[in-house]
Amino acid sequence: MIKGQRYVREMSQPKQRTILLGFIVVVLFFLLLLRLWYLQIIRSEEYRAMSENNRLRFLPVAALRGALLDRNGTVMVNNRPSFSLSIIPQEVKDVDSLLDRLASLLKLDRLEMKERWEKSKGRARYYPVVVAINLSQDQVEIIEENRVRLPGVEISMKPIREYAFDNSAAHLFGYIAEISDKELELKAYADYNPGDYVGKNGIEKAWEQELHGNDGGRQLEVDSRGRVLRVLAESRPTVGNSLMLTIDSRLQREAEQAFGAQAGAAVAMNVNTGEVLAFVSSPTFDPSLFAGRIPADIWKEYLEDKRRPLENKALAGQYPPGSTFKVLTALAGLEAGVIDEHTTISDPGYYEMGGHKFRDWKSGGHGVVNLRTSLKESCDTYYYRLGEKLGVDRIAAMAERFWLGRELGIGLQNEKKGLIPSTAWKLKRFGKKWFPGETLPVAIGQGYVLMTPIQLASMTATVANEGTIYRPHLVRKIVDPDGKTVKEFQPEVLGTTGVSVASFKKVKQGMYAVVNDPGGTGANARLWDVKVAGKTGTSQVVKLGEDRKKARKYEHMDHGLFIAFAPFDKPEIAVAVVVEHGGGGGAVAAPIAAKILRSFFDLQKPPAKVKPEKTEQDDEPASDNSGTHTETQKHVPQRQQEEDAE
Amino acid sequence: MIDRRLVTNFDWTLIGLVCAISLVGVLNVYSASAVYKLGGAPYYIKQLNWMGFGLLVSLVVASLDYRILEDFSYWFYGFLLILLIAVLVVGKRSLGATRWLNLGLFTIQPSELMKIVIIITFARYFNNHHETDGLTIKEMLLPLGLLVVPAMLIMKQPDLGTATLVVLIAFSMAFYIGFRWSTIITFALVTVPLVWFAWAVYMKPYQKNRVLDFINPERSRLGSGYHIIQSKIAVGSGGFWGKGYVKGTQSQLRFLPEQHTDFAFSVFAEEWGFVGVLILLVLYLCLILWGLNIARRCNDRLGGLLAVGVTAMLFWHTIINIGMVIGLFPVVGVPLPFFSYGGTSMISFMVAVGILQSISMRRFMF
Repeated sequence: MIKGQRYVREMSQPKQRTILLGFIVVVLFFLLLLRLWYLQIIRSEEYRAMSENNRLRFLPVAALRGALLDRNGTVMVNNRPSFSLSIIPQEVKDVDSLLDRLASLLKLDRLEMKERWEKSKGRARYYPVVVAINLSQDQVEIIEENRVRLPGVEISMKPIREYAFDNSAAHLFGYIAEISDKELELKAYADYNPGDYVGKNGIEKAWEQELHGNDGGRQLEVDSRGRVLRVLAESRPTVGNSLMLTIDSRLQREAEQAFGAQAGAAVAMNVNTGEVLAFVSSPTFDPSLFAGRIPADIWKEYLEDKRRPLENKALAGQYPPGSTFKVLTALAGLEAGVIDEHTTISDPGYYEMGGHKFRDWKSGGHGVVNLRTSLKESCDTYYYRLGEKLGVDRIAAMAERFWLGRELGIGLQNEKKGLIPSTAWKLKRFGKKWFPGETLPVAIGQGYVLMTPIQLASMTATVANEGTIYRPHLVRKIVDPDGKTVKEFQPEVLGTTGVSVASFKKVKQGMYAVVNDPGGTGANARLWDVKVAGKTGTSQVVKLGEDRKKARKYEHMDHGLFIAFAPFDKPEIAVAVVVEHGGGGGAVAAPIAAKILRSFFDLQKPPAKVKPEKTEQDDEPASDNSGTHTETQKHVPQRQQEEDAE
Repeated sequence: MIDRRLVTNFDWTLIGLVCAISLVGVLNVYSASAVYKLGGAPYYIKQLNWMGFGLLVSLVVASLDYRILEDFSYWFYGFLLILLIAVLVVGKRSLGATRWLNLGLFTIQPSELMKIVIIITFARYFNNHHETDGLTIKEMLLPLGLLVVPAMLIMKQPDLGTATLVVLIAFSMAFYIGFRWSTIITFALVTVPLVWFAWAVYMKPYQKNRVLDFINPERSRLGSGYHIIQSKIAVGSGGFWGKGYVKGTQSQLRFLPEQHTDFAFSVFAEEWGFVGVLILLVLYLCLILWGLNIARRCNDRLGGLLAVGVTAMLFWHTIINIGMVIGLFPVVGVPLPFFSYGGTSMISFMVAVGILQSISMRRFMF
């Protein structure tokens, strides 16, 4: 082929093809136009009629929330129906007069209804707007009777929580309440509508995604009188997943009862897994109140109570650990080689440093004291001296090896870190140098030191298992509505302390003496059949010098603390108890710990009575699987959602 | 520096058509989003800003000589393949599909860019292969490979709409170059049995149902079928004269889904009627025919290929979007150029127009 010719063909052919392409374009546009002609001119009347009669209704059906079960499958939190009043915007011409009628018929707050109505602006006109929640049975009946005179008004069922054990573990569960305006703006709640219930706190909030399930609904086409012509779309709600928690509902209630009217917190943990077996914050509150409007008097009562019932003390209460901290100071001393089990001091009742006398709690002193007796009698002088020799940074380093002063990541909102002071910390926080005199209070768990009950329990568990830090966790597994396990949570090891087993053994011997030796401060925690080891603590809330012994205001009284693990030889459970403003730890906290341990070991025994002789021997009492019952009680999911849809 | 002829040859017809469509679009976005309650700037203001910014971008692109695109084309292509793979691995999920890639400062949608890059890549390939009597099967193998890989990656996101568009654009360009009859026949002989085999043997009944629902949404009156019914009611009830601006009941009562983006045309059709639609369609038709005219006038093979590719991109978006909202085509999320609300699509169409402008301005050079 000749070159020139080739060039011409090459360029002209595609160029001609643009004309062909143009034809194709025109033809396809013409087809679009034909279709538009058909829709907009030939069938226009038909579609216009359809658009005028186009009345859609959406009947949302809220999904049932997953249940909360205890470790043995006992249902602790489930659902019950609650009724909401909704108005369908497109059905109502004069909203104000309708609200007037509803307010007078049902004795509802008109302002509140109006406020909810205003919030709905900009939503689809066929989507019902919730104007009142948590209606009483009477109110529902009144609406049913007046149905004909209240066009555009709907009653819808939404599940709210039912608590099998009333206020038990309220702080752990948290509560559900109506979604707030702020939450509605968040991305995480993009699928929620005003009037929906969401978890606000505790497990309910942390596991909202699992528990909530998927709301369903029906898209209906209705005629001008509201009669359903056909169902355009229907999606069934799916029940949320249930959570099987690590706590034992029986142990939990025993622990709560042990507190009585006292304020405080207790955490019981499985020493070898980090599973939280009981999680108490006392006093507790009624979580079911939050689903509606809380009666003003109860709300006021909660707010004015000095014991702060709404605060989750087990997780967010930060207390000076007092003498329970001596366990760490002792370990720091042993590891640093500053002391051994034979080191003794003579205690005159105070320790002098830089011309200042640091007093022991026992004015006459404890006499000659070694490691074991120092823990047993909780001798302050011994630890003042040890603290001075160690310096604050070595104590802080030991505490950090136990993951103190940071979040353990239990997975609930508002977990507090506590505080482990050090020279670096003080410089950063106050811009000041650390004074050696400040170390002495730290050595006995006072001064700047702060710990939460969950941290106390974790520390105790780590001492008991001799060095492994487990992440305390609250959920054993996620169970789907059919009872199938979706996910099972394994123990998570956060780290190890690196402290020698020998050091642990020496300190544990001391903790054994606290409870079991004559003159031990923790005698109140002794059990007849299981060897318990522990440590008392009494932490000062305010420094009042000599006035401390006198009668004082409630807020100024000492916190009583007790940490314990058992059985001594093969630990299974660790317990930490804080009694706010209760006085001495041995007197107020140790008995509570004893009750928790007592019921823990009782619950493990088979129902038949065990003969005393059998367990009186000092070998490990009752059981191998410390609370790891595997009987998965079949939990029956609510499958009647379809019926509930109406 | 800048050739004076570039200024005198500036294509005012092109830019005028684009501005006309965009302004009608802004007007329509105002109506479609009138019922939305939101904080921040209203949608129509944002759309106006995107339009202004887009025009600037298109001027910058136009000022560059389009021939430099050829040099970089395979680099662009390779880079985008990597991005598409990255999307599947570390992409951001949103609305059930993974399309976005977070680059720290901003997020991008690589599949959107792929439309333009496939145009450049194909333009380079066909420019360097001087076939005279149309493409043979053998000559189609490599471009087919270049096409299939990104198309599959986009399908996987899953983004069927964009994948289809990429394929349609590429085939339009190949058609412009021309096939041999033998190629078309072989292609049909391979494809038809393959599809039949997949349908009859390989696919399970539920998959078949899904495909049927997709092709004809009215089969199921749920989900997308419902949207199409509402959209058709909107368009049809507009009638000859329309219901009037901001007076469409379907849109103002929010029966339409995505009414300021993918279903913007339905809102327009309801409010402006057949008359409005006719004018809008004529504007689009003029724009596309003008694009083909730019290709025809261009004496450079590369320029012609690029112009056809870009025009095909505008054309297929328009046809598929309008076809979708009036129930001719399956529901795929494809924006209407310059008309649907959205920054990403506005910018990418403006880049496309910039390329057209660049070709049009330089027609005297060859």
